Amino acid sequence: MVSQLTVSERQFALVILGLLAMCGLAMAAGGRGDPMGAQGFVVLIYAVGFAFVVMAGLYAPEPDDSRLSRYYDDPTKVGIVLTMIWAVIGMGFGVWVASLLAWPNLTFDAAWASFGRLRPVHTSGVIFGFGGNALIATSFHVLQRTSRARLADQFSPWFVLIGYNLFCVVAASGYLLGVTQSKEYAEPEWYADIWLVIVWVVYFLLYIRTLMRRQEPHIYVANWYYMAFILVVAVLHIVNNLAMPVSLSHAKSYSLFSGVQDAMTQWWYGHNAVAFFLTAGFLGMMYYYMPKRAGRPIFSYRLSIISFWGITFLYMWAGSHHLHYTALPHWVQTLGMTFSVMLLVPSWASAGNALATLNGAWHKVRDDATLRFMMVAAVFYGLSTFEGSFMAIRPVNSLSHYTDWTVGHVHAGALGWVAMITFGSIYALVPWMWKRQAMYSPKLVEVHFWLALAGTIVYVFAMWNSGIIQGLMWRTYNDGGTLAYSFIDSLVAMHPYYIARAFGGLLFLAGAIVGSINVWMTIRASRLEAAAGADADLPARPAGAVVAGE
Amino acid sequence: MSSYTGKPDPVTGRATTGHEWNGIEELETPIPRLVFFFLGAAFLFAVICWILYPTWPLVWSYTRGVLGTDQRSVVTRQVEEAAAERSAWTARVMDESPADVAADPALMRLVNEAGHTLFVDNCAACHGTRATGGLGFPNLTAKAWLWGDGSPEAIEETIRIGINSTNDDTRASQMLAFGRDGVLDTQKIDAVVAYVRSLSGLKPAAGDDAARIEAGRQVFADNCASCHGEEAKGNRDLGAPDLTDANWLYGSDAYSVFTTVYGGRQGHMPHWGARLSPLDTRILALYVHGLTRPAQ
Repeated sequence: MVSQLTVSERQFALVILGLLAMCGLAMAAGGRGDPMGAQGFVVLIYAVGFAFVVMAGLYAPEPDDSRLSRYYDDPTKVGIVLTMIWAVIGMGFGVWVASLLAWPNLTFDAAWASFGRLRPVHTSGVIFGFGGNALIATSFHVLQRTSRARLADQFSPWFVLIGYNLFCVVAASGYLLGVTQSKEYAEPEWYADIWLVIVWVVYFLLYIRTLMRRQEPHIYVANWYYMAFILVVAVLHIVNNLAMPVSLSHAKSYSLFSGVQDAMTQWWYGHNAVAFFLTAGFLGMMYYYMPKRAGRPIFSYRLSIISFWGITFLYMWAGSHHLHYTALPHWVQTLGMTFSVMLLVPSWASAGNALATLNGAWHKVRDDATLRFMMVAAVFYGLSTFEGSFMAIRPVNSLSHYTDWTVGHVHAGALGWVAMITFGSIYALVPWMWKRQAMYSPKLVEVHFWLALAGTIVYVFAMWNSGIIQGLMWRTYNDGGTLAYSFIDSLVAMHPYYIARAFGGLLFLAGAIVGSINVWMTIRASRLEAAAGADADLPARPAGAVVAGE
Repeated sequence: MSSYTGKPDPVTGRATTGHEWNGIEELETPIPRLVFFFLGAAFLFAVICWILYPTWPLVWSYTRGVLGTDQRSVVTRQVEEAAAERSAWTARVMDESPADVAADPALMRLVNEAGHTLFVDNCAACHGTRATGGLGFPNLTAKAWLWGDGSPEAIEETIRIGINSTNDDTRASQMLAFGRDGVLDTQKIDAVVAYVRSLSGLKPAAGDDAARIEAGRQVFADNCASCHGEEAKGNRDLGAPDLTDANWLYGSDAYSVFTTVYGGRQGHMPHWGARLSPLDTRILALYVHGLTRPAQ
């Protein structure tokens, strides 16, 4: 990896890592007695660790200039490995917190093992660790292939990937130390947020610069979505995290917003994180890997256009449906509800466009678990967007809100859509990246598919049942007009579903582990072969000539 | 994009747009009419909602909607209506004497339904969902009252002001730390523990012979009787428990009783007057008053 960087790029990397290490040292020294200090050591160790990696390859010979006529896939390869590592970490923590709900004594009386600290490790681990790395890795791949251009430079992809993972590591370790902004899906504190802004601006510039070099007259749909993902997440992240630190040596900060404005900003962020991180980005993934794997043209270009603009325009208004029947003014709730309902149309248009693309390739869906992952993802995308619009209707929300139904809805989207499209894309991408005919074991892909599908269904059905029972119990009255059930009654009713949910999550985690082994064995086979010199005489690929197969 | 530039797709017969990205093409399929229909239907739904409900922000105000509704007034009205509906029986609970309410089985059925939910939501964290208590928390079904005569009025007062709480009128009691504060030495504590345990007929611990129990009687009379009474029957004005019955708030084995005498005790119950309405407090008092020991 390092040997593909020029010597001056390696030196520049060392300078950046040195600056980062100094930041970490300053945090560790200045933040003594505060969680900031421990966070500083995390940064320091991370930076020094990567500095050793760079130094180990510092004196390798300069890379051949011919590399510039090929796509730059090293960051994508590392990104895929990181995606699988974060999948196992994030989903593992998910099973852990699900078990905590079923068996609350599992905290071992340790503060770091309490639900409130582990839960964000799970959510950030899967959304940012697993989802974010998958988006970065695939976006680099899709961007180059659909632009027929190499990434604009060699340093910034690494800065984006490694910098982004530093954010994830600082966030997760901070949660265990009790560091949080208490904003859902925006828990990391100010120093991590500032770092992510820097990383994200570099990501945005890299994407734009590469697009500007494209050899294609038109920008492919997938890139619209990736661009929307990068641009809007930057806006959301910056606005929602505006905060004043207590001091430069303290982890704690106070939001610039307060009261209902804070709630509205948070859920404008939260809902659009679902829209632009978990939907737009992964639609970009789907628009490349699904037609590629199916060998079919996109069903309708026009449908792509209205879906894209419908989704980007309508989602922005929908966040207030998270605050129905709260102190938020009624008019904001009505706006959020109506835009959420209209949002269903472009969402289903996208899902329909994806499924109709498979016309003429359904026999492949039957035989190929990789393509089936993507097909099921599109189905779950349609299901969860319908459910989301439905739950945004105020009277429906009065039953569903604060119940496990919300949790079930989120996981129909997160497991069924986000994770399935990611695994499908990774199974398509890994053999291309490591120059293999297929995955190490297509049978294991099949095993993973059924584990993932079974896990999702068990999970979602358990939470639907639990949530609706819970919601109904909370609103059941005695003859005398008083509440029929206490809160503990509803907990007792939910317990069997909590066990079922933990089991469903365990199945899904097992699938991710099977997938990780399969990916690893595929990479290993490629390396063994390379070591044996079996593909030493593969012809070099001029950039323009690479067309089919990836 | 309407002009044909690409080649026809063999499966659908439709033309492609003529663009190609690393092998991916797009078809010139027109947008299905169904999409426009649903777009129109969803927009219509939205417009109807916008007309009916408060929706669009204006400069200083917002559109009010023709229904003239607003969530704050709606919820206020619903709460008032529900309270009015309940007043058919809640008015009687508040107006009649607790004894009269307790004597009316039809009324007590409603009180107990409401009381159970209130109890489990507010009291069960300490007293347990079946009100049987636990270590340090009294069993409310045992009728072994620490304060007052066990009447609904006395229970209501305890709920309202709490025990050793932050309320100014709180019921206050404390058992001294006889051992830790050096009032009694270990030998005397052992003696008084043996004596107290003998009062309720517990099996004597190792070494609790007649002489020790007899020595304990004197220790008790000198140190404990002022609160617990000569007969050790307790004092419900001071919150001092009856030591002759089978109820043991902090455990009945010799070690637990020793710990109690050595380190003292001071139980705590929050005052609920600021949190529960007078009606809910009365319902809880009647409910607790009517509790009976659950079948084992």
